[in-house]
Amino acid sequence: MALLEVRDLSITFHRKGEEPSVAVDNISFNVEPGQTVGLVGESGCGKSVTSLAIMGLLPSRGAKVGGSVTFEGEELLGLSQRELDERRGRDLGMVFQDPLSSLNPVVPIGLQISEVLERHRKLGRKEAKAEAAELLNRVGIPDPKRRLDEYPHQLSGGMRQRALIAIALACRPRLLIADEPTTALDVTIQAQILSLLSELVSGTDTALIMITHDLGVVAGLCDEVNVMYGGRIVERAQRHALFAEPRHPYTHGLLASIPRLDAPRGEKLVPIRGSVVDNIAWSRGCAFAPRCPSQLEECWSDPPELVDDRGGMLRCHNPVEVAPMAAEGAR
Amino acid sequence: MLQLALVVVVLSVLIFGWLRMLPGGPVSALLGDRGTAESRAELTEALGLNDPIFVQYFAFLGRAITGDFGTSTGVSPGKPAMELFLERFPATLELSIAAILLALIFAIPLGYLAARRRGGWLDNAGVVGSMIGISIPIFFLAFLLKYFLSIKLGWLPTGGRQSPDIDATRITGFFVLDGVLTREWDAAWDALRHLLLPAVALASIPFAVIFRITRASVLDVLDEDYVRTARSKGLTRRIIRDRHILRNAMLPVVTTVGLQTGALLSGAVLTETVFSWQGIGQALAIGFERKDFAVLQVVIIAAAMAYVLVNLIVDLSYAVIDPRIRSAQKVS
Repeated sequence: MALLEVRDLSITFHRKGEEPSVAVDNISFNVEPGQTVGLVGESGCGKSVTSLAIMGLLPSRGAKVGGSVTFEGEELLGLSQRELDERRGRDLGMVFQDPLSSLNPVVPIGLQISEVLERHRKLGRKEAKAEAAELLNRVGIPDPKRRLDEYPHQLSGGMRQRALIAIALACRPRLLIADEPTTALDVTIQAQILSLLSELVSGTDTALIMITHDLGVVAGLCDEVNVMYGGRIVERAQRHALFAEPRHPYTHGLLASIPRLDAPRGEKLVPIRGSVVDNIAWSRGCAFAPRCPSQLEECWSDPPELVDDRGGMLRCHNPVEVAPMAAEGAR
Repeated sequence: MLQLALVVVVLSVLIFGWLRMLPGGPVSALLGDRGTAESRAELTEALGLNDPIFVQYFAFLGRAITGDFGTSTGVSPGKPAMELFLERFPATLELSIAAILLALIFAIPLGYLAARRRGGWLDNAGVVGSMIGISIPIFFLAFLLKYFLSIKLGWLPTGGRQSPDIDATRITGFFVLDGVLTREWDAAWDALRHLLLPAVALASIPFAVIFRITRASVLDVLDEDYVRTARSKGLTRRIIRDRHILRNAMLPVVTTVGLQTGALLSGAVLTETVFSWQGIGQALAIGFERKDFAVLQVVIIAAAMAYVLVNLIVDLSYAVIDPRIRSAQKVS
């Protein structure tokens, strides 16, 4: 049994006086214990909303969630907030995008960590505080005893994100969701945070869902990658297969638009033309068709299905043929 | 402290000059129609009103520093203005504290609940109610309360601070507190009954303002990322509310409470007049009518000092609540 099973998850936002907007459209994926799964796509493709739905953190009003999310066999979507509170922080941890705004500015860092321990592991004040110092040490914050009494604004961006990771991992959750954990950080700090995350989850049975727009992040971390576009999964593959043989033109475009050290000198980066707002509705055809370099006529009239493809999944009428050069380059 | 001194000096000049520019003056107020030219001139001389105004001002300032603010001519003729102020100040303080406590006790929980159930009946009722609270003239509300609850229904006394038939021991000048301290429960209960209506009338505006600020502030905080983080930790509702929502939402509320506390005196003038509450608000009203320069000067200057002090306390408490301000102060 998978640790987390997402089946036909749909999320629709209803606003008064506006057409309902579909943020996530029937997506399914599994996460096995200890596995690291990537959820990749541009802003607005529904990846963050998916993670909030799993955590039960979407606003109760205005957001309609359909489908099923089971965690260790238990359906999460029907649970009350009170029942979810028993799971969140203990079995499910989450690291957010912007570490400054995600930490409470008027509560010391130490308390923001130890309150999770007090809540779920029923530790006393003192034990929880000692454990919090130990956690800060584990996420690589020097002089943790002193840091406990400091406030978020006194820490650097990288340290704040480390503190958030310490909070999320405090109770050794079975599943950690990291939503763009490096986006708000400097490039050098990004690498540190990523290696910290992989170090903390590797060798444990904690599974990780890595949500990112950055395929570079995926490359170093994920076992399996789901590429999302317009609220649907368009390609799923093992990491090596994805980088070696991207099949969906969108994935291909994403890869072509990041610089690579092994690319021939003078080769230009190719951006994906257009932007996410150029979508058409999936009901009419392929949402990516307006931006797709290899679009066919049927892409505009016949929505492609997600089908098995070379050990993964693919939703495309005209996939990219495997180029031997690219396959070579990825290794 | 420099702030306080500056406020007092500037204000004393303004109030001193302005009072003397008003038509009438203490002489006409004291003598009325019966004054002859002779008696008027005599009294004007006796009150020192013939001297050039800056001579009068510096004489006033010199005496004021020693605590002598002159003698009352209108409110309680012959009594030193300072003595009159000290006598009446506890009454106003008691009323103000009761009003602000009343406002806080209701406004903060209701503001929080209204924000949590935005658009619900409590929210709508609270918003409409606070709009009424802000817009209703305070003397009208005071009259309304007095008319229905005291005169028509007879539930509560119509005015004053204590029934004349009760012989209470005085310690602090706060009648309710005195009753509790001396265990004269009947006196405490009687004083509380007298206090209720004026306190409700005076609380109406601070209640409305604090309610609205609390509601808006909680709504802001609810959208913050750190509240989402707190939820993602599965914390209990009580901890999310107290530690993560209210502690942040209280920052603007504290400022408002300070400003409202300082502004209570203007409401106290009206409330104390309607309920014959023997405080400095009533003294101010009578003082204006009878052109009692000495009393007006001491009351207005003291009120300004109280205002500055209250807001100083607010600034200090801000540093206690908000660590970001604390470290900024350490740096400077």
